[in-house]
Amino acid sequence: MTRRGISRAHDGSIRVELGPEERLLLASLPLQVEAALESGDPSLRRLFPPAHPDDEAAEEEYRLLVGAGLLDGRRAALQALERTAHADRLAPDELGSWLDALETLRLVLGTQLEVTEETSLAPIDPDDPEAPRLALYHWLSWLQEDVVHALAASLR
Amino acid sequence: MTQVVEAPIEVVEPVQDDARDLDRPWVVIVWNDPINLMSYVALVFRKLFGYSEAHATKLMLQVHEEGKAVVSSGTREKAELDVSRLHHHGLWATLRQD
Repeated sequence: MTRRGISRAHDGSIRVELGPEERLLLASLPLQVEAALESGDPSLRRLFPPAHPDDEAAEEEYRLLVGAGLLDGRRAALQALERTAHADRLAPDELGSWLDALETLRLVLGTQLEVTEETSLAPIDPDDPEAPRLALYHWLSWLQEDVVHALAASLR
Repeated sequence: MTQVVEAPIEVVEPVQDDARDLDRPWVVIVWNDPINLMSYVALVFRKLFGYSEAHATKLMLQVHEEGKAVVSSGTREKAELDVSRLHHHGLWATLRQD
């Protein structure tokens, strides 16, 4: 039996072992975030951090120069995840898109949930109204960790 | 016999402060945040800057434990480019002149 999650096969290809309900989530989450990308919603602030927090003019210049590219990169990765959510094997560049898209999803969800460093250690209280979304956040973290390990192995 | 008389040489003194200002490097700082995975941050440092696994891990731990770390430095243009690459990867990075 192969292990669940994402792993590098002996031939170097990337194997994805996920259940159908997990695949459906991965295919549907990108659309939800993509639709909100240009809304200016405060939960997106971690996607566009300031480069010059103490220099308003320099920051404005940086935004003009870099802002659109950041947005395009996020969108492209989310679309790639949506497209490949049902694949059993991934090419290296597709795995890179998964990494970027999972990062976007976790940054947005983590900001909405106001996670702290303790969040990942604490058990989920089933009575917490945010329990389902916390579970989703933990699941995305687990999956991203798997992607990181598969990619780190290729850097060696 | 003649004697060679050295003409006085006029030396234009550089304006010290301005020269130092231009020379001082810009540094790129990555700040700790509660969302990014430790393994992910180390991977980004390796991928973007070509750091060894050991060096990337050391910088990541410095961010985690001390709240921030200088991860690269250079001209303002280089530092801003590095910050934008870090932003593309979701890290909380800023630049300032050292």
